[in-house]
Amino acid sequence: MTEQRSIDPAVCDLLEICEEDGISTVFDRADAMKACPIGAKGACCRNCSMGPCRLTKEGQVGICGATIDTIAARNFARMTAAGAAAHSDHGRGMALTLLAAATGDAPDYHVRDVRKLHEVAGFLGVETDGRETADIAKEVAEKALIEFGRQTGEIVYLQRAPRKRQQIWRELGIAPRGIDREVVDIMHRTHVGNDQSYESLLMASLRTALADGWGGSMLSTDITDILFGSPVPLVAKANMGNLSEDQVNIVIHGHEPTLSEMILVAVNDPEIIEYAKSKGAKGINLTGICCTANETLMRQGVATIGNFLSQELAIVTGAVDMMVVDIQCIMQALGPLTEKFHTLLITTSPKAHIDGVTHVNFEEHDALEIAKRIFKMGIDNFPNRREVHIPKDVNQLVVGFSHEYINYALGGFYRGSLRPLNDAVMQGRLRGVAGVVGCNNARSCHDYAHDYVVRELIKNDVLVVMTGCGAIACAKYGLLSPEAAKYAGPGLREICETVGIPPVLHLGSCVDNTRILTVLSQMATEGGLGEDISDVPGVGFAPEWMSEKAISIGTYFVASGVYTIFVSESPVRNSPAVVRFQSEVWEKRVGGKLEFIADVKESVQKALEHIDKKRAALGLPEYDPKRYGQSGDAVMLKVLEERGEEVFNLYSAKVVQSAGS
Amino acid sequence: MSRYIATRAIRGANLIVAEAEAMLRKAIEELGADTPVTFPNTAYYLPVIFGFTGREVTKLGDLVPVIEQAKEILHPVPGKELWLPYLGQTLDCGVATLWAEEAIEGIRFARGLEPQEITWDGSYVPSSSFTSPDAEDQVGRHLNGPIDDIQLRSWGIQLVDGRMPGFAAIIGAARSNEAAVQIIRELQQRNILIFLSGNVNGRSIIHQLMEEGVEMGYDTYIVPFGTDTISAIYAAGFATRAALTFGGMKGGQARGMLLYNKFRCFAFAIALGEVDDLKFATAAGVLNYGFPVIADTVIPQILPTGLTMYEHVVSMPFDDIEGKDDAEKARRLVQRAIEVRGVKIKITEVPIPVPYGSAFEGERVRRAEMRVEFGGKYSRCFEYLTTSDFDAVEDGKIEIVGPDFEDVEEAGHMDMGIVVEVAGRKMQDDFEPVLERQIHYFVNGASGIQHIGQRDIAWIRLSKAAAEKGFNLKHFGEILYARFHADFGAIVDKVQVTIYTDPEEMKEWLAKARKAYDYRNRRLADMTDDSVEEFYSCTLCQSFAPNHVCIVSPERLGLCGAYNWLDCKASHQINPTGPNQPIKKGACEDPSYGVFSGVNDFVRQASHQTVERVSMYSIMLDPMTACGCFECIAMIIPEANGVMVVSREDPSMTPTGMTFSTLAGMAGGGLQTPGVMGHGKYYLTSKKFMTSDGGFKRVVWMSSFLKETMAEELKAVAEREGDPDLLDKIADERVSTTVEELLPFLEEKGHPALTLPPMF
Repeated sequence: MTEQRSIDPAVCDLLEICEEDGISTVFDRADAMKACPIGAKGACCRNCSMGPCRLTKEGQVGICGATIDTIAARNFARMTAAGAAAHSDHGRGMALTLLAAATGDAPDYHVRDVRKLHEVAGFLGVETDGRETADIAKEVAEKALIEFGRQTGEIVYLQRAPRKRQQIWRELGIAPRGIDREVVDIMHRTHVGNDQSYESLLMASLRTALADGWGGSMLSTDITDILFGSPVPLVAKANMGNLSEDQVNIVIHGHEPTLSEMILVAVNDPEIIEYAKSKGAKGINLTGICCTANETLMRQGVATIGNFLSQELAIVTGAVDMMVVDIQCIMQALGPLTEKFHTLLITTSPKAHIDGVTHVNFEEHDALEIAKRIFKMGIDNFPNRREVHIPKDVNQLVVGFSHEYINYALGGFYRGSLRPLNDAVMQGRLRGVAGVVGCNNARSCHDYAHDYVVRELIKNDVLVVMTGCGAIACAKYGLLSPEAAKYAGPGLREICETVGIPPVLHLGSCVDNTRILTVLSQMATEGGLGEDISDVPGVGFAPEWMSEKAISIGTYFVASGVYTIFVSESPVRNSPAVVRFQSEVWEKRVGGKLEFIADVKESVQKALEHIDKKRAALGLPEYDPKRYGQSGDAVMLKVLEERGEEVFNLYSAKVVQSAGS
Repeated sequence: MSRYIATRAIRGANLIVAEAEAMLRKAIEELGADTPVTFPNTAYYLPVIFGFTGREVTKLGDLVPVIEQAKEILHPVPGKELWLPYLGQTLDCGVATLWAEEAIEGIRFARGLEPQEITWDGSYVPSSSFTSPDAEDQVGRHLNGPIDDIQLRSWGIQLVDGRMPGFAAIIGAARSNEAAVQIIRELQQRNILIFLSGNVNGRSIIHQLMEEGVEMGYDTYIVPFGTDTISAIYAAGFATRAALTFGGMKGGQARGMLLYNKFRCFAFAIALGEVDDLKFATAAGVLNYGFPVIADTVIPQILPTGLTMYEHVVSMPFDDIEGKDDAEKARRLVQRAIEVRGVKIKITEVPIPVPYGSAFEGERVRRAEMRVEFGGKYSRCFEYLTTSDFDAVEDGKIEIVGPDFEDVEEAGHMDMGIVVEVAGRKMQDDFEPVLERQIHYFVNGASGIQHIGQRDIAWIRLSKAAAEKGFNLKHFGEILYARFHADFGAIVDKVQVTIYTDPEEMKEWLAKARKAYDYRNRRLADMTDDSVEEFYSCTLCQSFAPNHVCIVSPERLGLCGAYNWLDCKASHQINPTGPNQPIKKGACEDPSYGVFSGVNDFVRQASHQTVERVSMYSIMLDPMTACGCFECIAMIIPEANGVMVVSREDPSMTPTGMTFSTLAGMAGGGLQTPGVMGHGKYYLTSKKFMTSDGGFKRVVWMSSFLKETMAEELKAVAEREGDPDLLDKIADERVSTTVEELLPFLEEKGHPALTLPPMF
C-alpha cells in the first residue's frame, strides 16, 4: 500500500488531474521532501541560540549539557503544550462567545440547549433555580473563564472523573491547577536552563495534557453544545460527490463552529438564495472539511467533503466557489493553489492569517452580518467558475453520538444508561471499546490506517468511537452507516442490531475527544468494569496523526488511564529512556501508556492483547466470538420470505434451518 | 431491539396513541370532560400514568395532557435503507403505548365497559367472581380488569418473602388447550402469579382455560384481565403500584419505579401466538420495566442485556420445542421463560399424585366436588406438632393408625388427628406452635385439598378429583415430611407423622394435644416485652421497601400479621444471617412510649439513617414505619380525640376522608408519619397497643370486618380495659364515613376517648 497515496477514490481521481495539470499537492511535497531525520526522532534542540544542537550519538550532550533524554522529553513537552494551547484557546473562544451571547454583545447567538446549560451549571457550581437562562449562561461563561486563568487549586472538571482516577492525579501531583498556567508551565520549564530531568518533564506533560482534556477541550465541547445544541443522530453524507455542479459551493474548513453556524443561518436566508439565483446558480450548497465540517455535520447534517488531506483537492475540483477557513489545520498551500483556480479563499480568524489571502475579520457582535457579507462574496464568485471535475463518490453515514445521546440510545428517555454497554463488555459480546481519532498524514497512505484499524477492531467485536479526521475517513468508506454492522463480529453485530447503531460511532470533532473521556468515566462508574477508566477494556488509537493537538490528546488519554497507540515511529525515539518511560513507567503510575508502533498490523494486535489483558484483570470471561450472534432479524425475515407476511403459522423456524442458514 | 421489532412497535405505538386520542375526543364530546375516570379501589389513579408522570387522572379531561405528552415521545419508524438508532425511540414509543392503553381503559371505565363481560358462550361458567367482591348477580359475568390495592397488598408479604416469586403476563392464545393448561400449571407450581390478556384471532387463553375448566381468580393466582391486548396494561399497573406501594416511590419518579421493577420484581411476559404491531408496542413498553418477553412463535430475538437482567426478547417456536406432546413443550417453554428472567426457584418435590404449590392454597373444594371431609360441622379434626426425643423419632416414618377413607361414603366425613413428631438439636419447645401453624399452608398447597383452621378446629376437605388420582391419608404425611425438611431443615433433623383415625387413639392424642395447646396459650400470655431481653428485627420487606424495619416484640407482632416474636426467633435459628435478627433492647428510655436505646441504634443503622428513633407503643411520637403489607392502618382523628383503625379488607370510605388505599400511601414505604401507623390486627389486642396515647380506649372507629372477625378477642380487650361495652361505642363504616357523622355517635354512646387528655 505504500505506493498508493490514498484509498479514497475521489482523492485518487483528483490526484490524477493534478498530475496531468502539473499541480503540486501535499502528497507531492511529501515525496519531494524527506522528513528531517534529526527532528523526526526528537534529537534536535533549538531552544536557545547556542544551538541548534543535534544529538545523534549515544552519550552526546548539547552545548549546555542537555542530554538526549532531556531534549527528547522537552520536545515532547512542547508538542503537548502547543496542542493543549490550541484546543484550550478554542475552548476559551467558545466561552467568550457564550458570555457575549448572554450579555447581549453577540445578539445572533443564543442558548440552544438549556438542559445542557443546566447540567454544566451543575458541574461549575452555578445556581440555576429560578434564574433566567441568560443569567445562568453568563455565570457559566464566567466560571468557565476562571478555569483558564486559575492559578492554584485544581480545575473543577477533574471531579467528573472516577474518584480513583482523581486520587491518582492528586497523589502524583499532576492535577492541573489552571488551564493556561499548565501551558505556560511547560513553556517555562523547557526554556534553556530549567527542568533538565526527563521524568519531571514527562510528568509535567501529563498535567498539561490533562488541563486540555479535562479543561479547555471539555469546556469547549460543553459550551459548544450549549450554544449550538447537543448532537443527536442525523443522516448525513460524506465525500466529494456532495459538491454541486449547479449551485454555489461554499466550503467551510477549520475547527470553530462560531462562524459556520452563522453561515448556516445565512444559507437559509431567502434574500441570499435569491441573490445566488440572480447569479445563475440553482441555490447554495454548503459543505465542510476537517472539524468545522464535523461540528456542522453532527449538529445540522451539513455534508463533509473530506478530511485534512482532501483540502487542496476540493479546490482542484474547480467547483468550490469559496472556501471559508477559521483556525487550525489549514494548509498555507491553499493560498497559492486558489490562485490557479477561481476559488475565493477567505481567512476569518485574527489568529489565522495567510499571506496573500483575503481576510475578513470575524467578530461575534456582528456575526450574522459578516456571515452574509462573506456569503455574497462567494456567490459573486460563482460566475467565474470554469471547468469542474466533481468525483461522484458519496457515502451515507449516521452522525451525532454525543455521550448524552449514547445514554438515551441504550434505554430511551426513562431507562437511559450505559448499563447495556457495560453488560455487553462484561459478557463478551463486546470484546472492548476503542477510540480511534486523529489526523491524516501525507507520509502514509491517506485513510489507509484508519480504515484498516477500524475494520480489524470491529471484526474483533470492539466497538469503535471516532472523532476528527479519522471519523471522516471511515465515513467515506461506509463504516459509519448502520449497515456496516455486517463487517462486525457476531457480538458487536448483535449490539448494533439491538440499538440500531453503526459499529463505529461519530462523536464529533477533535476537540470532542472529551466526550470519550466522559463515556469512559461513566462506564467505570456504572459498575461491573472496575472503578477507574484504566480498568475498562479499551484502547485509544491515532492511526494517522500529524498535529501537536494529537500529541496532547494522546497524552491526556494516557493520563486518564488509557493505552494509546500512535501508528508511526516515535517522535522521541532518539531517547530509549523517554520511550520506555512513556510506556512502562506511565503505565505503572497512571494505568495508561503511550506507544508509537509503525506497523499497523502489529498495532491492532497489541491493542487486542491489551483489551484481553484488561478483561482478564476484571475476571471477565475470555472473549469468544462463537458464543454470540443468535439475535437479530435474519431468521424472522427468512421465515417471512418463505411463508409470506400473511401466513400466521410462525410456530416453527425449521424450514429455514433445514435450508442451511 | 431489532429493526423489525422497532418498526412494528413504533408503528403500533403511533396507531394506538392516535386511537386513544380519537376515543378520548369522542368520549369528552359525548360524556363531558368532567366525567369521572377511576379504576376500582386504587389510590394510584391510573397507576401507569401516575407512576410515570405524577399526573392524577380523575376525569376524562385529565387525559388530554396525557395523550399530548404521549405524542411528544412518539417517533417515526426506522428508515428502510439507512436508519437512525431505534432502541431508545422504541422504548419511548412503548411508554406512549402504555399511557394510551391505560387511557383507553380509563375511558372504557368511564363508559361502564370495564371490566369486560365474558365473551364466550361455552358450557363452562365460572362459579365465583374474579374480582373481590362482585355483586351476587354479577358473579362470573365479568373478567377481572385491574387488580385492586387490597389484593396487591395482601399479596405483598408473599411477594417479598419469595413465596410468590413474581408474575407472568400471558398475552394471546396457546398453541392448544393442552399447552394452555400446562403453561398455567407450570407457573402455578412455582407460585408465580398469572395475568391473562389478549387473543389471537379472537381466541384468548382465557377461553382456552374456561374450556378446560381451570378455576381462575385471585385465590388460584390466575387473574384474567381481559381478552384484548390493551388489558395487559393492568399488569404494568400492578408492577407500577408495587414500586409505589412497597418501594416508597412517588408518582412521577419514573426511573426509580422502573429500576425498582427491574431489580426487585420477578416478572416476564409470554406472548402466545402471532405477535401483531400492538403487542410489539406493548412489549416495548414493558421492556422499560426490565421485563423480558418470551414468544412461542418466530420473532426476532434480542439477547443482549442491560435493560433487563437477562435477555430481552426470546423466541421459542412452539413446534420446534422438543417434547413428546404439547404439555411437555409447554413445560419447556415455561422453564425457559423462568431462566430468562433469571431467578432460581426452589421447588420442593412432594411425592403426591396431585399438583403441588402455593398457588393451590386458595383453591376451594365445594361440597359438590368433595370426596370426604375431616372436621367441620360433622366430625373432628386436630393437628398437633410436638418435640420428641431424638431416638423416639424415626425420620420419614408415616403411619396410619386406623382406617383410610375408602369406606367413607361419597361426600362423607370422618375424624382425623395429625400428629407430627420432630426432633432436632436446635429445636426448642417454643418453636412447636410456629411449626404447627405451617401445617395449614403445607396441606393447602396440594391441588384438590382445602385446609381451614388450626389446632383442634382444623377442617380439611379432599376433592373427588384428588381422590380419583389416588390421594389418600398417607399423602398428608408425605407432604408434611417433605415440607418440614425443606423449609425447616435448619432446626428439624427428624420428622415422623402419624395420622390417627382410630377413635380410641384419636381421643387419647386429642387430650394430649389440648393439654399442649393450653400450656402454649399460657406461655404466650406470660411472654411480655418486659420479660424478654431481646426483640427481633424483620427486614424481610427491605427487598421491596429498602429503608423499612419492623421491630417485633412479644407484645407487638409484625405489621403483616405473618410474623410474631416466636416466628422471628425460629426464623433466626433457621437462617442466622437472615432478615430476623435479635435486638438487645438496651436501656428503656421511656416505658410508656416504648423507647429502647438498643432498638433505636438498630433501626438507625438498618434504615440506612432514614429513621432515627422509634417508639414501640406510640402513634404520635416516632411511630414505627411500615413497608406496605400492613393488615391495618391506625390514624388519628383529631376532632374525636382518638384514632380509627381500618382493615385492609375494608374498601369503604373512612372518617378521615380517605380509603385504606389512599391512607396506605401515607403509612407505607418506610416513612415515619406521626399520627399514621400500619400494624398487624392482633396488635389491637395487645396491652401495649398505643399505651402512651391511651391504649385501646382511643379507638373511636374500626372497620366492621375487624369487629366481626375478631369479636371474641376484642371483647376480652374491652373487659381488660374496664369498659365491657366499649366495642359498641366504637363506630364503623356502617355508622359513619365522615367526622360529622362520627362525633354525634361518640357523644351519644359516651365514648371514653372524648374525656381522655388531648392526643397532642
